[in-house]
Amino acid sequence: MSQTLLEPKTTPTPRVITTEPRFTDKVFRAVVTSGGLVSFVLLGLIGFFLIYNGFEAIRNAGFGFITGFDWVDAIPEENQPASYGIGAMLYGTIVTGILAMLMGVPVAVGTALFLSYYAPEWLKKPMVVVVDVMAAIPSIVYGLWGYFVLMPHAEYWAKLIHKYFGFIPFFDMPAPVFTRSPFIAGLVLAIMITPIVTAIAREVFAQTPLERIQAAYALGATKWSMIKAVVFPYGRGGVVGGAMLGLGRALGETVAVYTVLNLVYDIKIEILLSAGGNVASMIVNKFGEADFVELQALMAAGFVLFLVTLMVNFLANTIINKTARE
Amino acid sequence: MSQTLIAKTPQKPWKLTPKQLLPDLLGAIFTVAATFAIVALSPLKGKLGFALVLIFMAIITATAISWITRDRKAATNATTTVLVYIAAAFVIIPLASVLYEIVRLGANALSIGMFTTDMSQTASETELSEGGLLHAVIGTAYIVTFATIISTPIGILTALYIVEVKGRFAGPVRFFVQAMSGVPSIVAGLFIFAVWMVQLGNAYSGIAGALALTVLMIPTVARTSEEVLKLIPPDLREAGLALGATQWRTVAMVIIPAARSGLVTAVILGIARVVGETAPLLLTVGGADAINLNPTQGNMSAFPYHVWKNLLIGSPNAISRAWQGVFVLMVLVLIFFALARYLGAAKTGNRRSRKR
Repeated sequence: MSQTLLEPKTTPTPRVITTEPRFTDKVFRAVVTSGGLVSFVLLGLIGFFLIYNGFEAIRNAGFGFITGFDWVDAIPEENQPASYGIGAMLYGTIVTGILAMLMGVPVAVGTALFLSYYAPEWLKKPMVVVVDVMAAIPSIVYGLWGYFVLMPHAEYWAKLIHKYFGFIPFFDMPAPVFTRSPFIAGLVLAIMITPIVTAIAREVFAQTPLERIQAAYALGATKWSMIKAVVFPYGRGGVVGGAMLGLGRALGETVAVYTVLNLVYDIKIEILLSAGGNVASMIVNKFGEADFVELQALMAAGFVLFLVTLMVNFLANTIINKTARE
Repeated sequence: MSQTLIAKTPQKPWKLTPKQLLPDLLGAIFTVAATFAIVALSPLKGKLGFALVLIFMAIITATAISWITRDRKAATNATTTVLVYIAAAFVIIPLASVLYEIVRLGANALSIGMFTTDMSQTASETELSEGGLLHAVIGTAYIVTFATIISTPIGILTALYIVEVKGRFAGPVRFFVQAMSGVPSIVAGLFIFAVWMVQLGNAYSGIAGALALTVLMIPTVARTSEEVLKLIPPDLREAGLALGATQWRTVAMVIIPAARSGLVTAVILGIARVVGETAPLLLTVGGADAINLNPTQGNMSAFPYHVWKNLLIGSPNAISRAWQGVFVLMVLVLIFFALARYLGAAKTGNRRSRKR
């Protein structure tokens, strides 16, 4: 027995320790990585194919594609070339987007404050459901509702605004047609962006450090003083980012705007007048009977819309992520 | 040895006494009374006038009471409190109106026949007893199913890449997925039109619509899945690895099963997001009045398309058809929504009990 113990043992070769992943893991990582990069690639492809198909239109019109007001098909008999410019539509898109922000963001921030600091416990849950359901309603439903239900009311409101504030140029009225105006489109968009702005604002408000809130109360602050002194400084970036995210949604909305906005290829500052513009709605409007050349122009318009919304979204997400990290 | 514990009834010294509540109560009564009086005496009429006066009076009364009983700071606080409550009310009103009108205008347009016939033999103008939306039901079922089949793996893989693999591009991918969820739906439609029809020369079909919806569905699935995977406790991951499992085995046998209900929620949320999308379908599926059982060929209809088409026709019966379609669509969306919430609630419930 003892001899066997004394016998010199051949030491086994040490186990190879390596960080090299197993074969299955390599396959797994490759699959997951390629899956993860799909959205990356997809975003690039969207931009590429839209500009690829629309390049001709932008080259023909030059910078006029952005600034031009006309959307005229070519008339070969009269030797008139096609002229496509989305200036008026782009302007209209921005106007309705800003109107939606002006009406939607205060309500959304108020609701977020309500949910975070004012609502009694029993009301919080149903209220969150309300906001979530609002976000889940498809835009065609808002379009139908906006046209048949909201518009008669909104027309009346617009008339009142014109009657009492008509001296302000925005509320002036060259022709008494109050339906399908940027004001009503902005109203519908405001309702549509409220849930997303509320959600982001609430998320940001929830991150306010509790000890600061309690410190403010301990110093005898009222609820509003506390919000002003603690919550807003902490959440400002998030609220701005959320509002911009809402703006991105409003700029790209198609169907709901199409039903409640009269597309006119002209720039009008009167927001109550039945004349506005929206790039996305114009694409749907012109798509049906577009020939090849016009289709190229529509692709270019889509590219501009894609670029604008992407930039707004990038900016919004950067702001939100920065606020969330701090 | 029996001991009687005399538990004191819990005191709430911070609770407002009836005397403190009295001004608020009186204020509320005064507000309503004054509103009625002003609406009755002044030329302001109707619901709008009433609402405006009520809001105005509520702000004035609340501010005045606080100012008198306390000070300026309290008055500001009272004003903003009323404003915050009004903001919350403003959120409820449109939703209530939307749901109410859908039920009012959509429910009486409902019939059993609408699920058994299509519109191929019927003009939109005819009475609603004829024709139905079976073609739209089948179209939506096909399109959404295909979109789900394509976007579920991609969405979940994206989430796994961000949370589990944590590759070199995890940050940028996350950022781009966020940005992608803001891509306008019309742009998604145009993109598929540019690739699938213009470049590849295909005709309108259900598949094209499904591809367009995929672009919109991937970010929703990916972002929700990411949130769900982040909630999985790291202990599970480490336990799997400590047992000698490869990362693939850990993810497949531990992480995915643990996150299953959450991932299902993510997919359902994705479906709820795209089932009502109209704009991309307008550019890709072509629309049809007859049932089309082949998603790879021929024009197809879908709920949103059916509603859109009848809305544009605009005759009273067509509009009733549009409301009918919207009613069914909303029921679908709410079912998916409730399902997602139910599964999500079950998941958080589990987590809470595990903590205990």
